Amino acid sequence: MTATDARTPGPDSEIIAHEVVEPPQSLRSRLGSGAALVGVGLVCLVLFGISESARTQAEFVLNPDHPHLSVTLPARWSSIVLGVVVALLGAWQMARGWSRRGIRTVILVSLLCFVVSFLCWAVSGAPGTSFDLLGLLQATIVTAVPLVLGALAGVLCERSGVINVAIEGQMLAGAFAGALVASIASNGYVGIIGAMVAGGLIGLLLAVFAIRYLVNQVVLGVVLNVFALGLTGFAYDALMQPNTESLNSPSTFDPIAVPLLSKIPIIGPLLFDANIIVYLTYILIVVVDVALFRSRWGLRTRAIGEHPLAADTVGIKVLAMRYRNVVMGGAVAGLAGAFLTIGSIGGFSRNISSGKGFIALAAVIFGRWSPRGAIAAALLFGFTDAVATVLSFTQTPVQIPSNILLMLPYLVTVFAVAGLVGRVQAPAADGEPYVKQ
Amino acid sequence: MSSPKDTTAEQAAEPRPDRPEDRVTEPERQRRRGRWAATGGAGTVAVTLLAFVAAMVIGAVLIAVADPDTQAASKYFFSYPWDTFTAAGRAIGAGYRSLFEGAIFNPNTAANGTLSGILGPISETLVNATPLILGGLGVGLAFRAGLFNIGGQGQIILGATFAGYVGFAWHLPVGIHLLVGIVAGIIGGGVWGGLTGWLKARTGAHEVITTIMLNYVALYLLQYLLSVKGFQRPPYGQAISNVVDGNARLPHLLGRDLRLHAGLIIALLAAYGVHWLLTRSTLGFRLRAVGANQFAARTAGMSVERSYVIVMLLSGALFGLAGVSQILGTNSAITGDIDAGIGFDAITVALLGRGKAGGIVWAGLLFGALHAGGVQMQASTGTPIDLVVVIQSLIVLFIAAPALIRALFRLRATGGGVGQQIAKGWNG
Repeated sequence: MTATDARTPGPDSEIIAHEVVEPPQSLRSRLGSGAALVGVGLVCLVLFGISESARTQAEFVLNPDHPHLSVTLPARWSSIVLGVVVALLGAWQMARGWSRRGIRTVILVSLLCFVVSFLCWAVSGAPGTSFDLLGLLQATIVTAVPLVLGALAGVLCERSGVINVAIEGQMLAGAFAGALVASIASNGYVGIIGAMVAGGLIGLLLAVFAIRYLVNQVVLGVVLNVFALGLTGFAYDALMQPNTESLNSPSTFDPIAVPLLSKIPIIGPLLFDANIIVYLTYILIVVVDVALFRSRWGLRTRAIGEHPLAADTVGIKVLAMRYRNVVMGGAVAGLAGAFLTIGSIGGFSRNISSGKGFIALAAVIFGRWSPRGAIAAALLFGFTDAVATVLSFTQTPVQIPSNILLMLPYLVTVFAVAGLVGRVQAPAADGEPYVKQ
Repeated sequence: MSSPKDTTAEQAAEPRPDRPEDRVTEPERQRRRGRWAATGGAGTVAVTLLAFVAAMVIGAVLIAVADPDTQAASKYFFSYPWDTFTAAGRAIGAGYRSLFEGAIFNPNTAANGTLSGILGPISETLVNATPLILGGLGVGLAFRAGLFNIGGQGQIILGATFAGYVGFAWHLPVGIHLLVGIVAGIIGGGVWGGLTGWLKARTGAHEVITTIMLNYVALYLLQYLLSVKGFQRPPYGQAISNVVDGNARLPHLLGRDLRLHAGLIIALLAAYGVHWLLTRSTLGFRLRAVGANQFAARTAGMSVERSYVIVMLLSGALFGLAGVSQILGTNSAITGDIDAGIGFDAITVALLGRGKAGGIVWAGLLFGALHAGGVQMQASTGTPIDLVVVIQSLIVLFIAAPALIRALFRLRATGGGVGQQIAKGWNG
């Protein structure tokens, strides 16, 4: 990707009618990216395949209850083959150059090859070590759920033209209120409502200051994050901490197994044996994605995010809609916060969201402001995070320090953003206040 | 950001006499606005002060709510309402008094007549303000070029790590050691920030994503280093580095007893440097042009990409200096929380300072004072220091919405809000 494609139209390829004329890649960028791919291939080939430390067998257990579902790969040969594939893809890029659409697929395939060969190498460390693939995927879901919800919140706000940097603050408020309300009411479902109200309130602050007082929205988001961090920290120290028994000991949700669906091997225990917030997430994913592109509300939302003046001209109430969508977004982010407390570990602790809202924000931009893209980004992050966590407990051929492994999801995101996504185009009126004339 | 400005031209052509400000034509209004700015923006100062007052009032409510005596008295509020108010008043008075004593002047310790007793609170304020000013300059500089640097945390960590490593692993003569340490810190922060700029220039990767991710990478890198021999302090039980040599420490400014160190001088020099860069140099003009309109800047023959790399290098270097102040000045060994949240606090400092060097110095001093006072307040009255965080965010929030403050205090309208000319949206 070079600077020349600055005008590549937006995140939403569905509404682009005309063909995009691709400028040819410069020789330098072609050689550079090709050489990088060849390098990755050589790493797989030499480090994971040919080197001393690589062993022969890698066992992946899909489901501990069904041992026959496990997959055993010849570790060394898998790494060598995958490495050669990546190196050849890179060599082609250097010699002839892939098309711009092709290069995305190539990078994606290379990334996949790298991950598989890395896992083969890592698992083959000690004889008898097996890799719990199901556990890995479950950990992926657990990490991804709050990110997906946070990203949906971001999409809801930003598609209607209000930048939401305050996802983190909304999450934190939701996490706090969820734990507090669920403890007081001794009822998790009331806690969920409390969390969504709290997230929605931060959303309302965002909406009022952005829409009524025309405050710069990036500034506003940052400030609201600080505000939520300070307020929840203050209330935690002053109120919650002294009364932990009555104010901060909510019960968590039990997983609900969906009849029939939860019996499907692998997918069943992975997706359909989860708690209520995870199911709400599934519903929200479908609802937001369908509603945004297939409903009148969605068309109007996208209209006020792209060209509020035109939307106003045809009679859409721009400001009212922005208020509604931003508050809804806040409530969704509040639900993400609820997952962090009553959805998983129970009690609230200071700064429990620890930057997840920012990662969700990154997922929104990474996913080019589309729900599907954002979800894919959140899943990618969740997956690499799970790999890092699982591997830090696995005996790899060469012991990798756990802190280096924990960098993995963040590094992968940087590489993916730089290599796959590149320059992004936000909704045209995102962050611009609309003043009715 | 441009749509209200676009529409004002039409308003000027069709004046509506029903609202007083509409009677004035747009050029006239802009001229008046310029005059306000030229006279130091009296309206701006008033709004800033009133925002501070409003934030302190809300803070007072929080102190009262958190106070155990007030809570106890409120249980029989309807029988003896006055008890609740006196308890609340006492708590608020004690809280803000200790805030003042921690930040400006403490009569109790000053009674000893020692230098540290009299100047202790001011020294603490300045120590806290130093990295905030440096970080605020970093964020503000990036803002002016249209970039949003949330990566202060990572850049401080890298700066502190580089400077700290030079400080404890190398042994150089007096003066040279400190100089090399400072340069190392600048390089560390600059490289981490420049990486973001380079990624944006080369691939278009959005700086908000890359800086957030690089924060975590830096955090884990530091945690890794703190478990490596040669970096970790023997006997390897704690996650803390070796101690920086005396030669590499920034000298104390007010004697050994007070923590104030020469980092403050670096911060003030940096503020002057940033001011000069932005207002007097060709490079600064180019950066501001890119920040104002990257397409116009490109058309005028400026390299937008190079500007991104340069401004992120400089912004990272300023954060690197904040790291230097942390490790060679305030602390003497690297720990996992060496960044002390400055990366994010610096954003609010830059916003409060409206992205200008002078404003950032004042904003840094104010937040430094609030933080120093907050520590004292927590120690003597038990009010959580998070109160200070709430007050800080409220100040910036109110200043950003001058219309709200004016409505609250019934002021006449002048000038625009904070962040109107800085911090663009995603599309630059």
